[in-house]
Amino acid sequence: MSILLKVDNIHTHIGQYHILQGVSFEAKEGEVSVLLGRNGAGKTTTLKTIMGLTPATSGTVTFLNEGITKNATHHIASNGIGYVPEDQGIFGALTVEENLKVAMRKEDDAARERQEYVLELFPDLKKYWKKEGGHLSGGQKQMLSMARAFINDSKLLLIDEPSKGLAPVVIEKVMEAIVEMKKQTTIILVEQNFIMASRIGDTYTLIDDGETVQSGQMSELVQNEELKRQYLGIG
Amino acid sequence: MELIINLLINGLATGMLIFLLAAGLTLIFGLMDVLNFAHGGLFAWGAFSGVWFYGLTNSFTVAIIGAILTGIVLGFITEKLIITPVYGNHIQQILITLGFMIVLSEMLKVVFGPNQLAAKTPPLLSGSWEIGDVIIIKYRLFIIIVGLIVFGVFQFILKRTKIGLIVRAGVMNKEMVQALGINIKQVFLYVFMAGAALAALGGALMAPYSGVVYAEMGMEFAILAFIVVVIGGMGSFPGSLLAAILVGLAGSFMAYYVPALSLAVNMMLMAIVLIFRPQGLFTAKG
Ligand SMILES: Nc1ncnc2c1ncn2[C@@H]1O[C@H](COP(=O)(O)OP(=O)(O)O)[C@@H](O)[C@H]1O
Ligand SMILES: [Mg+2]
Repeated sequence: MSILLKVDNIHTHIGQYHILQGVSFEAKEGEVSVLLGRNGAGKTTTLKTIMGLTPATSGTVTFLNEGITKNATHHIASNGIGYVPEDQGIFGALTVEENLKVAMRKEDDAARERQEYVLELFPDLKKYWKKEGGHLSGGQKQMLSMARAFINDSKLLLIDEPSKGLAPVVIEKVMEAIVEMKKQTTIILVEQNFIMASRIGDTYTLIDDGETVQSGQMSELVQNEELKRQYLGIG
Repeated sequence: MELIINLLINGLATGMLIFLLAAGLTLIFGLMDVLNFAHGGLFAWGAFSGVWFYGLTNSFTVAIIGAILTGIVLGFITEKLIITPVYGNHIQQILITLGFMIVLSEMLKVVFGPNQLAAKTPPLLSGSWEIGDVIIIKYRLFIIIVGLIVFGVFQFILKRTKIGLIVRAGVMNKEMVQALGINIKQVFLYVFMAGAALAALGGALMAPYSGVVYAEMGMEFAILAFIVVVIGGMGSFPGSLLAAILVGLAGSFMAYYVPALSLAVNMMLMAIVLIFRPQGLFTAKG
């Protein structure tokens, strides 16, 4: 399978802080690549660096064989990367419908069909179509944020801790949606919930202190008790 | 009773003029996080160019359109030259826009001469209606109606169009808007130009109302507009209308009943609002 996105030895500074100090990994087309690591390891910053929100000071990000390291965020997004941030980034005073409308870059028949498909995937959104984003539950906000990133036929989705703060039943729904989206697109997932991560992840990249420690197949990590204990505090 | 109605109409008319200035300011601040102290300069340019176009063509419609176009052009230049280099830095914004305000004022004197100009009211809008004992000055009513129309049009754009949605979303979360593939810098420019157009329209409408235009008029109104932005809630369009009306009415009634307080009343209003609702009457951040 071809490599869709390649992150090569990126370093990112935020203000005076040197946050990422050598993150590297690849996302292959059609796979779910999971970024793992403790709180504060640099997972969110890695996604933001890919999106150009906190651009890398050195290293390269390559998407579809093109360097995007220094590109503006809106170019990166319209090139086909959808972003579901850790805080979901819902526009609170806009309705569900409006949140999706802001995201939709086209409004032709294909786009409307796409919207129908996305709403089948997230039926709750249809139910709360006219409700303000700020009044949705945590799970509904997560669904809306994923739908919004997915609605433009993105080639790659970056999803940051979708299970955070959600009840187990809701997590199950979110997971099902991700499995469904995986059929259509490539996904980079940040996930602290290891059970969830290991169930839907194909590959993993372990980040610690702003650096890639190890990458490989998820099935290998599941069996590597040492790695899990040392970096994830489990096992 | 006639007195009350007169004060009411005066207050509303002044309020609408302040609103035209504050509407741009609040969107520019809410969306772009830019403190624009040059906004009053655009108002004054609107006033002068309106008078100039009126003198040239004898058509008030042309005067208004000319003033709006002047505002749009100046808004474009200001955003590109003055604002773009200082995004994200409030101190620099205050310094450079205050400086530019002075430049705009001085340029008025260069272009139109150092003295104040007299502004005529178009014949169609001159005079007044008498309804019983109540005398309604036509031009003031005209200002109120124009203000309401502008509010309606912009409210429609903000609520019902894609660009309006993007602006509202941008006020709430700029990063996310960009992450959805939208070039927010482009949107900033449009909003700035729209704000400048409103300010210039305000100035052009102000001219016949006050009878004269002078370079410093922009600064005087800008201060009121800043107070309105704070009272209404930064970034809130309806908030700026409501607050502008409040400030206009308070000024009008105080000037009659307690003249000594007519200048202080705006500060008092702002202080009261800040004590009970520090975020302003409305919030746009959602
Ligand atoms: N805006 C910021 N300013 C300063 N430090 C930051 C900022 N954002 C993140 N950090 C720091 O960078 C490190 C990595 O953060 P983050 O990428 O959010 O980690 P993770 O998502 O893995 O929990 C943390 O130590 C965090 O405190
Ligand atoms: Mg994080």
